[in-house]
Amino acid sequence: MPSEKILSLLVPSAVCLQLQSDSSKEVIETLGERLFQAGYVQSSFVQAALDRESQLPTGLPLEGKYNAAIPHTDIEHVIKPALALATLTRPVDFQNMVLPEEKVPVQLVILMALEQAKTQVEMLQEIAAVLQDSTIIEKLILAFEVQQVYDAFA
Amino acid sequence: MAQPKRILVACGTAIATSTVVAKAIEEALKARGIPVITRQCKASEVKGLAPGYDLIVTTTPVPKDLEVPVIQTLAFLTGIGKEAAIDQIVQALQS
Repeated sequence: MPSEKILSLLVPSAVCLQLQSDSSKEVIETLGERLFQAGYVQSSFVQAALDRESQLPTGLPLEGKYNAAIPHTDIEHVIKPALALATLTRPVDFQNMVLPEEKVPVQLVILMALEQAKTQVEMLQEIAAVLQDSTIIEKLILAFEVQQVYDAFA
Repeated sequence: MAQPKRILVACGTAIATSTVVAKAIEEALKARGIPVITRQCKASEVKGLAPGYDLIVTTTPVPKDLEVPVIQTLAFLTGIGKEAAIDQIVQALQS
């Protein structure tokens, strides 16, 4: 099933593939900066997302080989909704959403710039469906061109 | 017919995660013939809102000293252990 909302919200210039990063902070900064450059978020977004991640982490252990994180923050830092995506050549640690004292080695990061929940339920459901589909996750992790990311969601 | 049960669904910001979880719970319980009403909230609001609900489902830690049963799970987001989580919810609502 195509993830139409994801496809429409994903910002091509904010897709960073095979990124070499040392920390979750670095990944969030890189992706947030891309969304800022593209005009989707306020300059306050990156710091807000980092603060939010340290208080309420978003690392998600998944069923397959790879784990994901879905950093996001309050709507006032967002200009218009968008998604940024990074895959990492080697995992960086995020803290587990449900057990914050536990580390999750993450190789897929989807940074979400969200507005009101009601208007984006479908997109969020698509994200959850993707997280539950190890075939798509694997395609994303192996992608080296942005087009392959779009193909994986299509 | 019995009153629909009330489930409070908590996450960090009440924007993203709880939206998905609330929808998934509604659909899963509807499929089992159990009508429920859900409301989303931030983890920090749980303590104040809890008294009006039959059950709390949360993806992020919430205070321990609540009078309402709490189920803490990522199952509705990641799919891992989803059936078990639904069983747990049904059981909690029946007791």
